[in-house]
Amino acid sequence: MMASREASGGSTDIVGGAQAPPTMSRPASAVTTPRRTPRRWREIAVFVGPALVVFSAFVIVPVVLAGYVSFFTWDGGGDLGSFVGLDNYIKVLQDTVFIGAMKNNAFVVVMSLLLQGPVALAIALLMNRKLRFRAGFRAMIFVPYVLSEVVAGAMWRLIFDQRGILNSLMVQWGIFDTPQDAIGWLSSTTLAMWTVVFVLTWKYMGLAIILFLAGLQGVPEDLVEAAQIDGASWWQVQRRITIPLLGPTIRVWMFLSIIGSIQLFDMARLLTNNGAPFDTTFTMAMFVIDRAVTNRQYGYATAAAVVLFVISMAAALVFMRFVMRRDNETVGKGAV
Amino acid sequence: MTALDTRRRSAPTTGRKLSDVGAVAYCVAILAAGFAIVPVVYIMYSALRTNGQLAASPVGLPRPLVWSNYSQVLGSGDFWKMLFASTVIALATTVGVVLLGVMAAYPLARYEFPGREALYTYFTAGLLFPITVAALPLYLILLQLRLPGTPWGLVLPQVAFQLPVTIVILRPFVRAIPRELEEAAAIDGAGRFQFFFRILLRLTMPALVTVGVLAFVGSWNAYLLPLLVVQGSDWTTLPLGVARFQSDHSQDTALILAFLSLAMLPAIVFFTLMERKIVSGLSGAVKG
Repeated sequence: MMASREASGGSTDIVGGAQAPPTMSRPASAVTTPRRTPRRWREIAVFVGPALVVFSAFVIVPVVLAGYVSFFTWDGGGDLGSFVGLDNYIKVLQDTVFIGAMKNNAFVVVMSLLLQGPVALAIALLMNRKLRFRAGFRAMIFVPYVLSEVVAGAMWRLIFDQRGILNSLMVQWGIFDTPQDAIGWLSSTTLAMWTVVFVLTWKYMGLAIILFLAGLQGVPEDLVEAAQIDGASWWQVQRRITIPLLGPTIRVWMFLSIIGSIQLFDMARLLTNNGAPFDTTFTMAMFVIDRAVTNRQYGYATAAAVVLFVISMAAALVFMRFVMRRDNETVGKGAV
Repeated sequence: MTALDTRRRSAPTTGRKLSDVGAVAYCVAILAAGFAIVPVVYIMYSALRTNGQLAASPVGLPRPLVWSNYSQVLGSGDFWKMLFASTVIALATTVGVVLLGVMAAYPLARYEFPGREALYTYFTAGLLFPITVAALPLYLILLQLRLPGTPWGLVLPQVAFQLPVTIVILRPFVRAIPRELEEAAAIDGAGRFQFFFRILLRLTMPALVTVGVLAFVGSWNAYLLPLLVVQGSDWTTLPLGVARFQSDHSQDTALILAFLSLAMLPAIVFFTLMERKIVSGLSGAVKG
């Protein structure tokens, strides 16, 4: 299937090249009579073709294929194994580790919105003025976001590990006798997910602040000044004018946050050493990759991936439809 | 009206009690910035200490400075090899995304042809698919093409997954170029291709930089796809290296600190310079 796509893409290219140089033959016609000429279609094919081939081969075909291979016992080799119908899906939805992973993702979604949103908004509102070193502050606040999740996860694991930096520090301060007695930030089944949420907050708070600050640039100063002249307090101005006008930006951030939380993988995998303790910090994406790479249950893992996709798609559509509806009306057709 | 104008002018934005709000603003900014960078700074300077010093006093200052951790990482061929792999793959991804993206955006923005909107929707559908969903079947396809373990096995899928965002961001920019320019170019004898390469690429350069930076960041930080495609090969990238290094040297905290610091340094320098581009790209991508 893919070979034929490549071939058709290539052949249009060759035909286009075999033509006389298009610049010489009919210079003005390209603009004035913009229709129906075969040459036009060749131009379109040459411009769009490569992107279309690459996108189809490496995004659309795999996604469609995902639906197909999730019905097989595929073990990661070239052969798909035997057809098992909906078995993989039934097993996934009864798998306690996957159900736990779904709950963990839900926890991350809720906590990200509740912790990062209000705090980032408050910080952005307070910082939204002419500050010295403003660019410097922005750059520093943005640093955690630009680090890769892997680096962030590895870094915080050194800090939160049982014998890590934080526990050593608590021993040094005399709170505990040895690191083993100290707090199991990542080894306690009740605490580990909170530690994940904390690191996520550290990593993504800056993005929220910077997005909000950028959105605040769009709030007209006249409005704020007029309200101040009318005697509105700082808080009244924020509450009645600034925050409502920031609405679209807040909703964009919420969207990014929800989708990102549902697909959480890199950071959690590194931080929790792949779901420890006892698989309690698994996320859905970690489940997918672990079952594939570690257990070589590629068919089973693909079924879990499809479930993950359906959940994330449903969340995106619901959010777009009910929360971002107003914004999309003004912004335009809405790409998604 | 005039009275109001003068009053407005005489009440500057930083007037009255706002000065103490100003102090609060500085405190908040310092706290937020500190929260963000203290762990990073801590990691970087702690790598200048020995394991013994770290154990005795976890947050002590490096005194005297111990360069051996950094020099040990920099002296090993592995780090440079991974840095090279990450750089080559990120650059190739960026060039691929920008070139294919702007080429596709051109007819989608400026040609009238039946099926244009359907084609655009087809590309934007890619925004809905997280790489997790496609990763495993993608691996199957890469196996057939014998691409795992090669840079192409990573670059081609990364380009493909970045194309939707790129096209969504670029289309309005390409459309905004005045038609008169295209007509003038045509009258001067320039064909579509000359117009594209000589004029359009230059006029859309700011937007191309934005999508390029987004593609570079995505590739540089990627973990999931490299884990499947180039893990253990000659093209192991830095994020994979960080993960492996941490498990290989779990007893040598100081060395891990040095490796982490060196792995994050290029990203911090480059991406903070590009902060505005990244932010505008992100919000542009969602708003469509």
